[in-house]
Amino acid sequence: MSKKIIDFEQLKKFDDEFKPVQLLSTEGKLLEPDWKPDLSDEELVELFKQMVWSRTLDERSTKLNRQGRLGFYAPTAGEEASQIASNFVMEKEDFILPAYRDVPQLVLHGLPLYQAFLWSRGHVDGNKYPAELRALPPQIIIGAQYVQAAGVALGFKLKGQKNVAYTYTGDGGTSQGDFYEGINFAGAFQAPAIFVIQNNGYAISVPRSKQTAAGTLAQKAVAAGIPGIQVDGMDALAVYEVTKEARDYALAGNGPVLIETLTYRYGPHTLSGDDPKRYRTKETDDLWVKRDPLVRMRLYLESKGLWKQEDEEAYVEQVRAEINEAINKVENMPKQKISEYLKNTFKDTPAEIQREIEKFEEKEAK
Amino acid sequence: MANKTMIKAITDALDQELARDEKVLVFGEDVGKNGGVFRATENLQATHGEERVFDTPLAESGIIGLSAGLALEGFRPVPEIQFFGFVFEAMDQIAGQISRIHFRLGGTREMPITIRAPFGGGVHTPELHADSLEGLVAQIPGLRVVIPSNPYDAKGLLISAIRSDDPVVFLEHMKLYRSIKAEVPDEEYTVPLDKANIVKEGTDLTIIAYGAMVQEAVKASDELAKQNVSAEVVDLRTVSPIDEETILESVKKTGRAVIVQEAPKQAGVGSQVAALIAERGILYLKAPIGRVTAPNTPYPFSEAESDWLPNKKDVVEKAQEILEY
Repeated sequence: MSKKIIDFEQLKKFDDEFKPVQLLSTEGKLLEPDWKPDLSDEELVELFKQMVWSRTLDERSTKLNRQGRLGFYAPTAGEEASQIASNFVMEKEDFILPAYRDVPQLVLHGLPLYQAFLWSRGHVDGNKYPAELRALPPQIIIGAQYVQAAGVALGFKLKGQKNVAYTYTGDGGTSQGDFYEGINFAGAFQAPAIFVIQNNGYAISVPRSKQTAAGTLAQKAVAAGIPGIQVDGMDALAVYEVTKEARDYALAGNGPVLIETLTYRYGPHTLSGDDPKRYRTKETDDLWVKRDPLVRMRLYLESKGLWKQEDEEAYVEQVRAEINEAINKVENMPKQKISEYLKNTFKDTPAEIQREIEKFEEKEAK
Repeated sequence: MANKTMIKAITDALDQELARDEKVLVFGEDVGKNGGVFRATENLQATHGEERVFDTPLAESGIIGLSAGLALEGFRPVPEIQFFGFVFEAMDQIAGQISRIHFRLGGTREMPITIRAPFGGGVHTPELHADSLEGLVAQIPGLRVVIPSNPYDAKGLLISAIRSDDPVVFLEHMKLYRSIKAEVPDEEYTVPLDKANIVKEGTDLTIIAYGAMVQEAVKASDELAKQNVSAEVVDLRTVSPIDEETILESVKKTGRAVIVQEAPKQAGVGSQVAALIAERGILYLKAPIGRVTAPNTPYPFSEAESDWLPNKKDVVEKAQEILEY
């Protein structure tokens, strides 16, 4: 029998080439003492404040949901480095296509907080975006935003506009056809898109190991012919740096980049009945809590003399007041009208719908 | 004015809209250098450049998702789905995404996208090329669905579709591409997206059809004329929205309605028209509404096409049944 010419095991080995980028130790120390982040002291503090803002928003949103004052909510605690540090790189004219857990980035990109609350409660006014807000509302269909991001990015390229489209999905999202179509289209058109996979280990309950035989999710970029990077998603400096370099690379006309952040959601998938105890162990939870993105960044800033416990206490108070103001505002919104829904279904209202509008307007006037 | 095929009328419309508005983009599988598998985009890339008319990777969901993103950046995308039977791959982007963006964003964003696609039976295609799936897309709120039956309408309706700020699915019946020629003005013109066309006036019976079935309806009315029956033929032109007033006025005049569609009977455009007449015009009727449709099966293997597709004879028979009621 002749010797086989294909070494199949060797052919699927990409795992060693995708090692997570980490810059900050869990004790908040730079792993490479010679490397310095490309951020001023003020920017470092601002980045951390946004992370504290997001954690506070998560705590308050969870309570507000339990009180029945908010509706749909997908918890974000644990994912602050992944979400906030990647978003921190972006500029106002960049276009964000978020998934349903990415409300913090959307608000930081310019959506007024009370509108995010309206969206959660199920009120259309939450989605009436100001003209200057470069965003789509949170995507519900897993992966659908990836192909749309390719389109926005191609639009920038055709117009010669120096901006990127950036979008998020989870580890489960990488199993969708749209995930691959999105990165492949953007690659084929060399369009400036930044695709972020927030790998928090579970698609609701299904562990990452059951999604794919691939050793990493970043390596899915290889098949599309684009760069893929894996990063410690609990390390804000690493996420910032990787995303910043990716954005610069895309803007230089090199096409899209795929970033996989290794992160964890401390809470359930959503507050609509998910119980993580059914599929995760306390040991796993504890392991990730030890890598907490806020703790790490706080230690780093404290060591540089940029942040104190009193600063944080005062800031959290300020954020809570801001949240209270927003939630009070949404509780006094006018009731939605079916006639307005009908008006917004088509831009040019067909005659049959006009008749329905009149019928509902008559009802609503009563 | 010149005699043109429907495919030529479509190419003219695309060419003129590309020239008129720099935001119009034409793209899809094989639409660039190859000019489309039916040559609908013939020479458009050479005329308007590779940035305006271009090939995409082969993925229908990607093509429509790309259109959504481009529309958000101010473009007017005119993507092609190579055959409408392939549309299932893109159903989320059509039904779940582009059709509801205007609605979801409370009227603050628009999706001026025209999805062109060939469909329709009688040309011996392989499976999943010829299916009449307009009923599926006609059910989607926020989406317009247009089906021209002749070269003149094809050009005017396509120009209207491209200029519309609503997303439009524009379905081109393959059998009509080159089988008929008609006078088509060289200059640009529009045909409204909400107006049915009375192809032939009559007094005894209304035959309501669209797409390739308009020809069968006209042939049937000629046959019926020999039997001293005066049949009116209404071409819907748009199956969403449906021009209710034109249908009702015609049925009011004739008192009898036969609805013809190439699609299977279940839950289609014909059902909607029948429901409309029942709802708003039942007292005009002298006889039950008749429907001529394909059987409730998937599209047949091509050697059985002529047995499966509704034709003139079916329409005449149904008309006689209604007239004798």
